[in-house]
Amino acid sequence: MSSGTPILRVRDACKRYGAVVALDGVSLEVARGEVLALLGDNGAGKSTLIKAISGVVRLDAGTITLDGADITGANAMTVRSQGVETVYQDLALFDNLTPAANFFAGRELAVPRWLPPGLRFIQPGRMSERTRELLDRLQVSLPDLEAPVALMSGGQRQAVAVARAVAFSSKVVILDEPTAALGLRESARVLELVRRLKADGVAVILVSHSMDHVMAIADRAVVLRRGRTVGETAPTPENHEQLVAWIVGATGGRAV
Amino acid sequence: MVAPVRALDPPEAHASPPAHRGAGHRGLRVVLAAMQLGPTVVLVLLVVLLSLVSDVFLSFENVGNVLKQSAVVCVLALGQLLVIVTRGIDLSVGSNLSLSAVVGAMVWRDHGSATLAIAAALATGALVGAVNGLLYVKGRLPHPFIPTLAMLTAASGLALYLSDSRTIQGAPPLVHAIGAGRISWIPGAGPVGWFPIATIVVVAVATVVTLVTRRLVWGRWIYCVGGSPEAAVRNGIPVPSVLVSVYVVSGLLAGVAALLTLGKGNAGSPTSGALAELDAIAAVIIGGASFLGGRGTVINALTGALVIAVMRNGLNLLGIDPNWQYMATGAVIVGAVELDVLRGRLESRFRSLQAVTDA
Repeated sequence: MSSGTPILRVRDACKRYGAVVALDGVSLEVARGEVLALLGDNGAGKSTLIKAISGVVRLDAGTITLDGADITGANAMTVRSQGVETVYQDLALFDNLTPAANFFAGRELAVPRWLPPGLRFIQPGRMSERTRELLDRLQVSLPDLEAPVALMSGGQRQAVAVARAVAFSSKVVILDEPTAALGLRESARVLELVRRLKADGVAVILVSHSMDHVMAIADRAVVLRRGRTVGETAPTPENHEQLVAWIVGATGGRAV
Repeated sequence: MVAPVRALDPPEAHASPPAHRGAGHRGLRVVLAAMQLGPTVVLVLLVVLLSLVSDVFLSFENVGNVLKQSAVVCVLALGQLLVIVTRGIDLSVGSNLSLSAVVGAMVWRDHGSATLAIAAALATGALVGAVNGLLYVKGRLPHPFIPTLAMLTAASGLALYLSDSRTIQGAPPLVHAIGAGRISWIPGAGPVGWFPIATIVVVAVATVVTLVTRRLVWGRWIYCVGGSPEAAVRNGIPVPSVLVSVYVVSGLLAGVAALLTLGKGNAGSPTSGALAELDAIAAVIIGGASFLGGRGTVINALTGALVIAVMRNGLNLLGIDPNWQYMATGAVIVGAVELDVLRGRLESRFRSLQAVTDA
């Protein structure tokens, strides 16, 4: 599945907020069908990096290329339309709406095309159908597709948010702490979903504090510390100590 | 692009739907669904109760009166509903009504054109709404309470100034017919009829608003913005335009209500809409819309307006001190909001049950 050629490439990313250096020359690559874990303590720069990739934060220096095309400095909507979807910790779901309405929020299937988007008539049937197809493909089972998201468990909500991210032909999906708020069994479901994205050839960037989850699904782990890449390795049990050392800054460390 | 050919997943990975679900789970679901019917149940109970204690309550004439008296609040409540769904509030609709009625009456007095008078009243309403929306969104005021409160006093002042604090007599015959007329061809009519034409206007407006909220993308966006403003921004929904638009519609409907009021009294009074905003807000809340945004339906908002009207009418028929009406309305409002709080609790209970039973 993974061709080895990176779909997303970040080169020498720099970002400072006043006197604080958030990113100090970070480079990383992720390939199709690869799960890359982004590790680091609070304030290491993970958040700034994923925001830069998703177009929410503009880099001071450095480049970001997606599938060979330069997307440095593109805004969030453009980056999204190019196929980079980000699932933030707070999920950004509409609790009052159904999964289908959530999936298509802001890009409703509606006619006629010659009217401005807001004045078109929505096609609820088509949206439900597409939603069902997608959830089936990702093997996400929801008890009731017509119920508002407010009535769903944390794991189901996370699944809806992730499914929404891949609903629109994503190339790269960035998951920010997808299991932080979940119980054991629900976390397992989300990890299963990430495996399916990988099988689907999607590149996944996973930000997580859970070393267990990282070891369970990530192919590669990159560790950030004070805005720099301090290490990169396969997250295996043998490398566990090394990863932790990099995260807390105990040793200089080198890629193995 | 996602690869067109997908890897087959191992069969054991397939999540099977939960085999059984707890009784508490299903019970909660039923309770939550029933809560949607809360306002209707209250209305039906009121009607049954009043028809038992009063002979005249269910008479054609009295039902016609209730409908006629509630028409203005119904129209205002429909605009207020859209605003409240976006987590906002429009305190200015009463004053806006007064101002629009005065402007309509003045244009009719000075120019004698029904078309111009109607257009002037509607335009005034919409313009006031636009100012509210722009002050809130562009003026970055912290909460719509502020601009619409300012507008409440300002529009009221302008209405008094323009009319020299006097009622302006006369209204276009068409407007008078709609605002005061009754249909004579409906059964039970008698010579004068009982079914108010204003109610037809209410039904027409309600139909349009229902269509907009359920079928139009813009309507969906209103519920998105109310459900989660941040998520709406991230999903590329034009939040500022949506916000401004609901105040414009609320103002426009205040203009429609002004025409009904103008027609009913055959005059434009600068105080005709005083405190009407409170009834409109109460109707929407009694109708189960959440002040936290994102929830509320047209039919329930209308039911809320009818609950208020029926309560007043019933207490009147029973000869109870009118001041009790206000206290009763207050009690119902508190009850409705408590129900909304309870719904929130039940939903989170449901979520945790979901997490347990859904393996």
